[in-house]
Amino acid sequence: MSQVFSFHGGIHPPENKKQSTRAPIGKAPLPKQLVLPMQQHIGGPADPLVKVGDSVLKGQLIAEPIGRISAAVHAPTSGKVVDIAHYPIPHASGLSGECVVIETDGEDRWIEHEGIADYKAIERAQLTEHIRASGISGMGGAGFPTDVKLHLGDNHIVNTLIINAAECEPYITADDMLMRERPHEIIGGIEIIAHLLRPSHILIGIEDNKTNAIHALEAAVKHCDLNIDIIVVPTKYPSGGERQLIKLLTDIEVPAGKIPADIGIVCQNVGTTSAVYRAVHKGEPLISRIVTVTGDAVRHPKNLEVLLGTPFSSLLEACDLRPEALSRLVMGGPMMGVTVDNDRIPVIKTTNCLIAATKQEMPPAPPAQACIRCGMCEQACPADLLPQQLYWFSKGREFDKAKHHNLFDCIECGACAYVCPSNIPLVQYYRFAKSEIRTEEREQQKADHARERFEARQARLDREAAEKEAKRKARAAEAAKAQEARKAAAAKPKEEAAATATAAPDIKQLKTAAAVARTKLKKAQKAFDEAAAGNSEGLAELEQALNEARLKAEEAEKALSAGSPAPAEGGDAELKQLKVAAAVARTKLKKAQDALKNAEDKGLEGIDKLRATVEALEQKADEAQKAFDAAQPADAAAKQESAPKETPAKAEPAAEPALDAKALKQQVSIMRTKLKKAETALEAAESDEERSSLQADVDDLKKRFDEATEAFNKVEKAKMDAAAQAGIDLKQLRIDAAMAKAAITKGERALKKAEADDERAQIEQELVAAQAKSDELHKTLSQYD
Amino acid sequence: MGTVLTAIIVLLLLAAAFGVLLGYASVRFKVEGNPIVDQIDAILPQTQCGQCGYPGCRPYAEAISNGDAINKCPPGGQSTIEALADLLDVEAVPLDSEHGEEKPKSVAFIREDECIGCTKCIQACPVDAILGAAKQMHTVITTECTGCDLCVEPCPVDCIDMIPIETTPNTWKWPEPPAPMDLIATDRGRGLATSEVH
Repeated sequence: MSQVFSFHGGIHPPENKKQSTRAPIGKAPLPKQLVLPMQQHIGGPADPLVKVGDSVLKGQLIAEPIGRISAAVHAPTSGKVVDIAHYPIPHASGLSGECVVIETDGEDRWIEHEGIADYKAIERAQLTEHIRASGISGMGGAGFPTDVKLHLGDNHIVNTLIINAAECEPYITADDMLMRERPHEIIGGIEIIAHLLRPSHILIGIEDNKTNAIHALEAAVKHCDLNIDIIVVPTKYPSGGERQLIKLLTDIEVPAGKIPADIGIVCQNVGTTSAVYRAVHKGEPLISRIVTVTGDAVRHPKNLEVLLGTPFSSLLEACDLRPEALSRLVMGGPMMGVTVDNDRIPVIKTTNCLIAATKQEMPPAPPAQACIRCGMCEQACPADLLPQQLYWFSKGREFDKAKHHNLFDCIECGACAYVCPSNIPLVQYYRFAKSEIRTEEREQQKADHARERFEARQARLDREAAEKEAKRKARAAEAAKAQEARKAAAAKPKEEAAATATAAPDIKQLKTAAAVARTKLKKAQKAFDEAAAGNSEGLAELEQALNEARLKAEEAEKALSAGSPAPAEGGDAELKQLKVAAAVARTKLKKAQDALKNAEDKGLEGIDKLRATVEALEQKADEAQKAFDAAQPADAAAKQESAPKETPAKAEPAAEPALDAKALKQQVSIMRTKLKKAETALEAAESDEERSSLQADVDDLKKRFDEATEAFNKVEKAKMDAAAQAGIDLKQLRIDAAMAKAAITKGERALKKAEADDERAQIEQELVAAQAKSDELHKTLSQYD
Repeated sequence: MGTVLTAIIVLLLLAAAFGVLLGYASVRFKVEGNPIVDQIDAILPQTQCGQCGYPGCRPYAEAISNGDAINKCPPGGQSTIEALADLLDVEAVPLDSEHGEEKPKSVAFIREDECIGCTKCIQACPVDAILGAAKQMHTVITTECTGCDLCVEPCPVDCIDMIPIETTPNTWKWPEPPAPMDLIATDRGRGLATSEVH
């Protein structure tokens, strides 16, 4: 398995590695301050656990990882946290990020730490967690958290572990020196990673320009139980690219948009394996790394073991920088690194090289010229892309097309720009296009999110409006119902009030009217009787009037007994009607009187007596009329007074019950007033207690009122009954009397007509008999009156 | 005569057959809604700010599909106009300044000490990005804020600021490289000289 394949393109830039490999790995001086960015890796930034003023020990956790893809940060030395703020970080943008600043105390005191004695004995998940807790992220350049790569789960079966020792970029020798000096650490780290991933092949890819490193590794591998293949690949930039190295060693191409783990391959940098070894065996978290400090502007270029957070200036000083010669400070290699302006920027986990270049060494880029479509870039591209096309699309902002030409498979190695005869900064164009596309995608994502939220809100508002509408409708329906109920409830008290409060005067009026009608009836009766007794003409008329009056009286009585339910206005109307009827009855009475007068003029028997009665009747009628007139404009009380005034005019048998009725009526009205008062109090009552006691009072009063009303009605009825009984007897008598009167009238007429004396005598005889009979009847009739 | 008749009959039959086919296809493959509106809506920035004069991005998308101008969206800016022009195959016109100018992306920020808890901004926010309750302090959920400005106007105490979004290393964009110069032979080495000055 030592076959070496090839990848497309690639270049052979001057190596410039020799300068920094002459001296062994030195130790960087301890700076006064260490600036530790919270994001030294790909993924979410770590969250500081310390506060300003806290004392920290070497190896102490100062920031914990947030999220799956994140890495912890530890204090590289003992000291005091003096600031947690934004400081310039090693980033192409030159922007600042959150950093924890530690003022070193020079003691370099370790926190208590211990390695895992037998890592094979513990759970693999526990081991991965230990690596995560040690804050290890890829040290080759990208800085992907190592624990994530070592804990892939069941959906990735790893059959090949590739250790990237190619270090293809010019100037950089950090991995080379590490391999030369600490090969056992690397092999130890590989053992741990192999234990976690259980690959069937372990390959170390190394360029053939690192002879010493190859020898050192080969020697170390001999003591290792694992079957590790060290594959020496020809020096060609960028063989150290993950995908390029995989292609070189296995001839497998990682598909676009996928990661090596998808095809069963995991790549780790040698620096990372060393860090894993230290973390597991010694319990030391990742707090330092080897950095190549090189370039013509430093007198002693070499590799330094540097604590994370050490500013570049400190490293340059340690390597004897010639400030006057420095024209460009590059972080990373000359191909992929970025120029930095600020030497206060700290070393982070991914910083592998610092080049202090002179002007001759790295001249400023000559001005770009027009693309001549030579196609050299395509020949150099290790990712098999069409750099020229990508350049046109990026320049013309046709990002969609650039994307379709697999812009995102570009590893930004700079090979195309290196070979470009027109000095076009191609990689800059790709980076620009990539960040534009990423920004666009981010904005699109945000826009979609905003749309989702907007639509959700709209839906919510619509739903709320619908609910409100439904509620409003329900409320309206309820209100309508309640109003109806209230109307019904209001109607009931009105009815009650008709019985008690509002209708009370009406009842009074009704009663007054009834009493008046009754009186009138009696008067008419008397007049009729007298008329009948007097055998006068127009008796029939009188009788009719009498009957009408009686009918009216009965109606009035009925209305009164119906009493409470009768509506107030109806009662009023009826009362008026009754009054009209009474007036009519009076008129009829007068007519009867006229008839009587006529009879008088004719000189009939018993006329004198009749006349006297009529005169008395007239007087009484006048009196009644006067009383009625007085009662009409006056209020209920006045009307009530009119009733007793009339009572003496009533017939003797009716007098006593009338008096009784009067007392009862008074009692009823008193009760009614009381009840009304009590009910008003009840309505006004606020508290429940008050209400209940008042309710009891009202109920009691109602009962008593009902009793009184009943008694009153009974008396009234008895009165009516008596009158009715008398009426039947009287009726019979009256009929007889009327017949007798008719006979007399007939006789008189016959007498007038009769010429002959004998005829006349016979008629006179008959007339006398009829007269006698009539007298008799009248006598009986008068007995009743 | 016979051939003419045959030809007419054949053509008629063909017409009938294709008519049936087309009729069936129009029923079978009927597209519900207006797909162009969805496409336009997808391009619009969804700030729901209403600067275009329509109550949200979708109504504007509908208006565009009905022939309205494509240059009424200040938050989208020129890139949105270009995307719309591309989609609708019309000419990209500059932004109509009547509807506002393209401003840097910003988010609302409530000066919480001054907030009186009136909830007016909450009701105005089209994406529910403001958190708070009556008589309680309100705050903006920055990640949900679209920077539409709609909450600024209703605030009775003017405690809402629109703060431009700061660029972080994660959102930073590589600048566009300077355009290549045209050089003539005597200019050779000039780039080096100019760089020296820097």
